[in-house]
Amino acid sequence: MSALLSVTDVHISYGKVEAVRGVSLDVADNEIVTIIGANGAGKTTLLNAIMGVLPLKGRTSFAGVDMAPLDIEDRVATGLSLVPEHRELFGTMNVEDNLELGAFRIAKAIAATSLERVYTLFPRLKERRKQLAGTLSGGEQQMLAMGRALMGAPKLLMLDEPSLGLAPIIVADIFRIVGELRAAGVSVLLVEQNAQAALQIADRAYVMELGEFVLSGTAKDIAANKGVAASYLGFQHEGESAI
Amino acid sequence: MNTTIMLFLLQDGITNGAIYALLGLALVLVFAVTRVILIPQGEFVTYGALSYAMLATGQVPGTVRLAVAMGLVAFALDLFFARKALHARLVLRSIALNIVFPFALLGLVYALVGPNTPIAVNIALALLIVAAIGLFLYRIAFQPIAHTSVLVLLIASVGCHLALQGLGLVFFGAEGLRGPALSSAAVTAGPLRFTGQSLAVYGLTVGFIVALWLFFGYTRTGKALRATAVNRLGARLVGIRTTLSGQIAFLLASVIGAISGILIVPITTLYYDTGFLIGLKGFIAAIIGGLVSYPLTAVAAILVGIVEAFSSFYASNFKEVIVFTLILPVLVLRSLAAPQVEEEKD
Repeated sequence: MSALLSVTDVHISYGKVEAVRGVSLDVADNEIVTIIGANGAGKTTLLNAIMGVLPLKGRTSFAGVDMAPLDIEDRVATGLSLVPEHRELFGTMNVEDNLELGAFRIAKAIAATSLERVYTLFPRLKERRKQLAGTLSGGEQQMLAMGRALMGAPKLLMLDEPSLGLAPIIVADIFRIVGELRAAGVSVLLVEQNAQAALQIADRAYVMELGEFVLSGTAKDIAANKGVAASYLGFQHEGESAI
Repeated sequence: MNTTIMLFLLQDGITNGAIYALLGLALVLVFAVTRVILIPQGEFVTYGALSYAMLATGQVPGTVRLAVAMGLVAFALDLFFARKALHARLVLRSIALNIVFPFALLGLVYALVGPNTPIAVNIALALLIVAAIGLFLYRIAFQPIAHTSVLVLLIASVGCHLALQGLGLVFFGAEGLRGPALSSAAVTAGPLRFTGQSLAVYGLTVGFIVALWLFFGYTRTGKALRATAVNRLGARLVGIRTTLSGQIAFLLASVIGAISGILIVPITTLYYDTGFLIGLKGFIAAIIGGLVSYPLTAVAAILVGIVEAFSSFYASNFKEVIVFTLILPVLVLRSLAAPQVEEEKD
């Protein structure tokens, strides 16, 4: 099985501090992979480096292409997309303009069908299409960020903490849509502190602690692991009943 | 006060204000997209105006040779920064933009220059020359430091202004130049006489504002430029090249500057360093607009023009003082109204 995304022995530093040490991971076609771990483990750093936002040492290849010489913009064009933790929407532009720009690297005719697909996936965005992105609620902003990324027809969508700060009912909605993406042929690399929800929809999982992967395996095995249950799932009582 | 005089002053102020409006809009545009405060905007005005004036007398302006030289430097920079991953497409694109375009322009200027060249051709040539200089200026001076703070960009901007102004003295000499009017027609309305030139100023200003509004509101490229201004990281994450946005912003600014210059050079004699003062007045309008608001900038520019016209009539010695003092209350108000913010680094 050839991996869609393959990351080998990656190190990422902020100045002298090494935030990620010797991490390797891969994501196959039509797979949902999750990275779980505590705050500050280096999950966001890793995603940003894979996207090219931060520099890294090590090898990353996507769809058989070496990513090292490519800028963020060119990585987007190869079908890699990141929905960042802070969403980075165009706040003073309306929903539809945000979505239209998501398809900046795509032919206009294809973008029109993508737009219909995104509106089917997120009917709420269609209702608010003339509203400014900055005035949307947190959940709607997350939907818009995901919709904007999907407009570029990515092969792999990297989601950074999509549930952060959202009401449980919206979190459930977002995770349901992540599951639907796989059916549409999009692979997902999901970074989450909400380990329970992430492990329910993922095929495989990596557990990250202090910049290293300490455990990996199928989502089922990881969820059944006693150490993981104690460290990550035990803290997840509050607000989880909806899932 | 005499009504006729007042009308004359108003007319004069609005004509100048329209020019300042164009320049102010260009400043806001460049700042929003690249965070560069474009001090050399005035040099685009001078270069456009004086290149046009020289072409009209049948001479080849030195600016076209500057464009060629800057193109060569830009090409070298492109190669240097891409040295780790040289694609044939990238090199070809760079050759087309940085080598072929300025040399073709040079050839075109030498082929077409002459005392009987039509005004429209001279205008087109002057615009192309300044457009090339604006584009390469971004590539050479600002693109390599695009990620640095506003202060660093401002210092680079001042450096570019001084360099271009010095080169302006070399190209055009210390003598002032005037260019031929776009049209010699005139319309009389009551006591006022509108020359074809001032009508062209109004028409082009309004036309440009409408065109910019359509460009930013309805085209994908225009929206991408706005997106870059709103959120650089977000723009990169959807595949918008911020360097391309910067180039487009500089291209627009240089063309706007050159047009302004070409519009005023038949009205007033321009010297190699006049552009700076004109650019500064556009800058005042842009500051009143908070460097973000296009409509506020346009209105402020008209106001600056009118204040200038009245103060040059009543207190001509203090003309510039009065105009530049306009900025003080605005800055005080703005700094009181706006909370202190740390500069965001990206």
